Amino acid sequence: MKIQISDQLQSIPPSGIREFFDLVLGMEDIISLGIGEPDFVTPWNICEAGIYALERGFTSYTSNQGIESLRRNISGYLSKRYKIKYDYKDNILITVGTSEGYDLAIRAIVNPGDEVLIPEPCYVSYYQVAKLAGAKPKYIPTKDSNFKLTAEGLSRAITKKSRILVLNYPANPTGVSFKENELKKIAKVVKQHDLIVLSDEIYSELSYDFDHTIFSAIPAMKERTVYINGFSKAYAMTGWRIGYVCGPKDIIQGMNKIHQYTMLCAPIMSQMAASEALLRGESAVKAMNREYIKRRNYVTERLGQLKFDFPYPEGAFYIFASVKHTGLSGKEFSYRLLNEKKVAVVPGVAFGSSENNKDYIRICYTTEFEKLKSALDRIEQFLKG
Amino acid sequence: MKEIIELLEQNAKLSAEDIAKILKRDVKSVKSAIGKLEQKKVILGYKAIINEDRVEGFKPVRAIVEVQVAPKRNLGFDYIAERIYKFPEVKTCYLVSGTYELLLILEGENIHEVSQFVAEKLAPLEGVRGTVTHFYLKKYKEDGVVFAAQSANSRNNITL
Repeated sequence: MKIQISDQLQSIPPSGIREFFDLVLGMEDIISLGIGEPDFVTPWNICEAGIYALERGFTSYTSNQGIESLRRNISGYLSKRYKIKYDYKDNILITVGTSEGYDLAIRAIVNPGDEVLIPEPCYVSYYQVAKLAGAKPKYIPTKDSNFKLTAEGLSRAITKKSRILVLNYPANPTGVSFKENELKKIAKVVKQHDLIVLSDEIYSELSYDFDHTIFSAIPAMKERTVYINGFSKAYAMTGWRIGYVCGPKDIIQGMNKIHQYTMLCAPIMSQMAASEALLRGESAVKAMNREYIKRRNYVTERLGQLKFDFPYPEGAFYIFASVKHTGLSGKEFSYRLLNEKKVAVVPGVAFGSSENNKDYIRICYTTEFEKLKSALDRIEQFLKG
Repeated sequence: MKEIIELLEQNAKLSAEDIAKILKRDVKSVKSAIGKLEQKKVILGYKAIINEDRVEGFKPVRAIVEVQVAPKRNLGFDYIAERIYKFPEVKTCYLVSGTYELLLILEGENIHEVSQFVAEKLAPLEGVRGTVTHFYLKKYKEDGVVFAAQSANSRNNITL
């Protein structure tokens, strides 16, 4: 019997660079600059808290919303860090990573045909998850405004159907971020057109050049913003699958309704480890940041010398560089660099429209310094032919 | 200066060119700063971290020795410390608080050689009131570097 998968799913075409990914995943002895997760192991005090949770027998479900102490700690952290109040009872939901948070928010808010505005290039899930939820995702190209969404760009993209704006800063794949005054300009348009903002700020703690501004702290935005964050990047906890969302009570309740049927709850030991991260993780985050900054500086200097053009990354651990000067497309560059020099980067087309991103590659500096240096030496050799 | 010291402390292999890029400074100024640090003896030398368990053949024997000493009038502990640390067998020497005064790390070709040094050179010194010797059995971690087998990297080559 031939099983037909759903029409909805069929509407999502297979990724054009799946073949490239399979090639990279199957190769050994390469230096990969394609890994979008920290190379650090989770700080030991956090691992130890997880182990201790298991030793004490914390192996059960938790409340759907997440354990109270973690929600209280998140509320405390946000109030201390950003002077913003999110009540642990009504405004916070613990999710299985930020990916679940985004999915729940989309599904809780959109009706079929609603437009979800997504500045691109962007993280791969935003578009497809919106599509799966029956919404109409719509890219807003940012290439011509130095890869930052502007108020004008947003205004131009808005139609009567526009319902949600997705923000992500510091951004994957570009590392660019917004300053408060830039966010205020965007917020004005958001309010004017009555949009809801899903603000994925997973890289907030990895802001290197200026203080991160949380979008919901912009006046009048808290009531229309779902703040999405998690522990994966800043605390090097990708495998623990733990994130959280903060937002207006109605939206959080709606999201929790889906969450209770689909996920039930986030793993209890991960929730307990996450509390430790919030309470005693700051110095480890700072140490990792110092390392990322060193690498960012080094890699951007080298790429600059090699005449790559890129928006300057102010956070996260990515650089989105144009390879136009090599005469190759991002995809050709990636294939050839992999085959000829055993260095993996990700073709830019993975992060949005193929037309806008065809000349780009994403480089991650989540690799120890000596390897990073060696990868850049190989890129230099590659360019020399 | 402080940033350069930190970088070299972590990785002495970094070239002036590397450091210049990391700190976004020009190579010349980094080179001159390193030169000054060497001249002022802030940087005393550069060496590799060796995992001796993986070195084939000869492996030196090491011991931590707690030494109880009496301070000397007007000279405190410096006099006796110097008498001790000048022996090449003494690789490390600290003055510490607690139940003994000097903490040494000794190195020799074998247990016999180290024991002999303690019995014949160290213990008989005037001012040394007692010693306790602990031989190294296994090195797990030193100066922040873990020597035991590291866990494998579980990351995929590509994650978006």
